[in-house]
Amino acid sequence: MKILVCLSNVPDTTSKINFTDGDTKFDTNGVQFVINPNDEFGLTRAMWFKEKQGATVHVATVGEASTEPTIRKALAIGADEAIRVNAVPTDGFFVAEQLAEIVKNGEYDLVIAGRESIDYNGGMVPGILATLLGMNFVNTCISLEIDGNNATATREIDGGKEKLATTLPLVIGGQKGLVAESDLRIPNMRGIMMARQKKLNVVEPTSSNSVTADVKFEKPAPKGKVTLVDADNIDELINLLHNEAKVI
Amino acid sequence: MSVLVYTESENGKFKKNAHEVASYAYEVAKQLGTTATAISINASKAEELGDFGISKVLNVSNDQLKTFNAKAFANVIGQAAEKEAAKVIILSSSADTKFLAPILTAQLEAGYVPNVVSAPESTSPFKVKRTVFSNKGFAITEISSEIKIVGVSNNAFGNAENKTATTVESFEPSLKDDSFTTKSIEIDKVVGKATIADADIVVSGGRGLKGPENWGMIEELAEVLGAATACSKPVSDLGWRPHGEHVGQTGKPVASNLYIAIGISGAIQHLAGVSSSKVKVVINTDPEAPFFKAADYGIVGDAFEVVPKLIEKLKEFKAQNA
Ligand SMILES: Cc1cc2nc3c(=O)[nH]c(=O)nc-3n(C[C@H](O)[C@H](O)[C@H](O)COP(=O)(O)OP(=O)(O)OC[C@H]3O[C@@H](n4cnc5c(N)ncnc54)[C@H](O)[C@@H]3O)c2cc1C
Ligand SMILES: Nc1ncnc2c1ncn2[C@@H]1O[C@H](COP(=O)(O)O)[C@@H](O)[C@H]1O
Repeated sequence: MKILVCLSNVPDTTSKINFTDGDTKFDTNGVQFVINPNDEFGLTRAMWFKEKQGATVHVATVGEASTEPTIRKALAIGADEAIRVNAVPTDGFFVAEQLAEIVKNGEYDLVIAGRESIDYNGGMVPGILATLLGMNFVNTCISLEIDGNNATATREIDGGKEKLATTLPLVIGGQKGLVAESDLRIPNMRGIMMARQKKLNVVEPTSSNSVTADVKFEKPAPKGKVTLVDADNIDELINLLHNEAKVI
Repeated sequence: MSVLVYTESENGKFKKNAHEVASYAYEVAKQLGTTATAISINASKAEELGDFGISKVLNVSNDQLKTFNAKAFANVIGQAAEKEAAKVIILSSSADTKFLAPILTAQLEAGYVPNVVSAPESTSPFKVKRTVFSNKGFAITEISSEIKIVGVSNNAFGNAENKTATTVESFEPSLKDDSFTTKSIEIDKVVGKATIADADIVVSGGRGLKGPENWGMIEELAEVLGAATACSKPVSDLGWRPHGEHVGQTGKPVASNLYIAIGISGAIQHLAGVSSSKVKVVINTDPEAPFFKAADYGIVGDAFEVVPKLIEKLKEFKAQNA
């Protein structure tokens, strides 16, 4: 089985978000970039398929050279090879078209992407990719088993979960649940050394246009001060929620 | 050239978000000088969408579509868009709709913008406001493709009643076999209880509650309020609560009217996922807990004393206001 894990390079979850150039660009100053958390769960599940079922695992990122530390981290965790499409990921459709080219050329059986990138929260790359390639697709995937050509996947739905039967070739939009939090791996010294020897192929984008563009950014309005209520005065809280906030 | 909106139903009844997206579609149609058409699948009272500005409903009755199937449903919506020559399609933010949205996007070579929080800023060029960076910011996004798909955030636009004369047409899409290569084999879903996605009120517990044995009072509080229950990430990682309850940047987003956080410190990743909730109440022993800075109302106190009292008082309040 040949697996491609799609990695989106995103600001660390603790990052403060600021905008620059007259609020038209995200300010990367002082921001630490990491593997998108949803992709990290997928990558770890891919390592399981590698170790238990002999799968080959490649990773791909659409991004500029500045994304290479993130890619190297995935190689240090155990991916066999990496591909970087040398382009700014302008929108979800553009990224999916680049990845589609890689999947077609690499003949992957399984593509593991994330439910969404935590930066622009598009939640669309894996679904567009699957549809462009005519592959099966499962979103918000929280467990995945592969047996030959058959796949059993569980996805999160509103208020519960749903188990699905499908077949390879398959694309998933994964998230926490694919593996437990405690299964996530920190690269060790040996992994980091080995990653240096692994192939990181850089390819140029196939021409394609974006269909959406962020023209302006805003920060949320600052929050007003909290109204504190005494622990012995629950009636007052109920009164405020009923008469002032009108939510109960 | 109408605006098309997909209005979701479950067991024949429209979901809560159907009224909100219908209201949104009406607003967009008004801006564009056209009318709003809804596509519904196996809905039994399709005409009720007239209350929210829908002039025409294309209703599909088909047993093959009794269970949700993302590809098949995307196909149906795509065919309805073609029939109506719709250039703008409005979707909700439910788990099912977020599953079918990218499939529809690729099929129609459309531009899709999810998490939109308000009516379009302008329709020519077509610009919408959406949340980015997990609610830490907003972007004004321009869609330049011929077909535009807008995903409306839960509870962001609200319902707007606009009584409109509605015609209901039955619509028979052609279904393709290759849509059914992914099959549902088991659905495990809580019935009769509010879900985090559509609840007006969410009651959430954190590590401050010490252990799973203490969740009885959280569930009771939720029951009194008709609320959904949720938790912080460590609580689900520790196995105190199911993973589906984990809210925050890496869990589910919450956009309820009221969010009550009990024994939750208010880490940045937690706040990112719940900041779309309109009113936030925090109960925490530590007056320095960061959540107080993001809350509307707060009680500095011990959950084990405050919550039982709150339940009791709310029961009295409910009895008086029943
Ligand atoms: C990549 C990444 C992603 C993450 N994503 C998420 C996410 O999506 N969602 C999320 O929630 N977290 C997320 N986290 C974790 C986050 O950083 C915090 O660790 C977590 O939110 C803390 O959970 P907590 O508030 O329940 O626990 P704690 O931080 O331990 O806080 C417990 C609180 O309870 C209070 N308390 C103690 N006893 C009582 C009592 N008797 N009565 C009342 N209050 C009491 C304490 O004062 C304290 O404020 C993420 C972290 C990382 C690194
Ligand atoms: N620039 C990118 N390069 C590679 N994969 C990406 C990129 N952007 C998004 N993805 C993948 O698509 C998933 C969903 O991303 P998005 O649609 O941007 O929210 C991510 O979790 C990644 O797996």
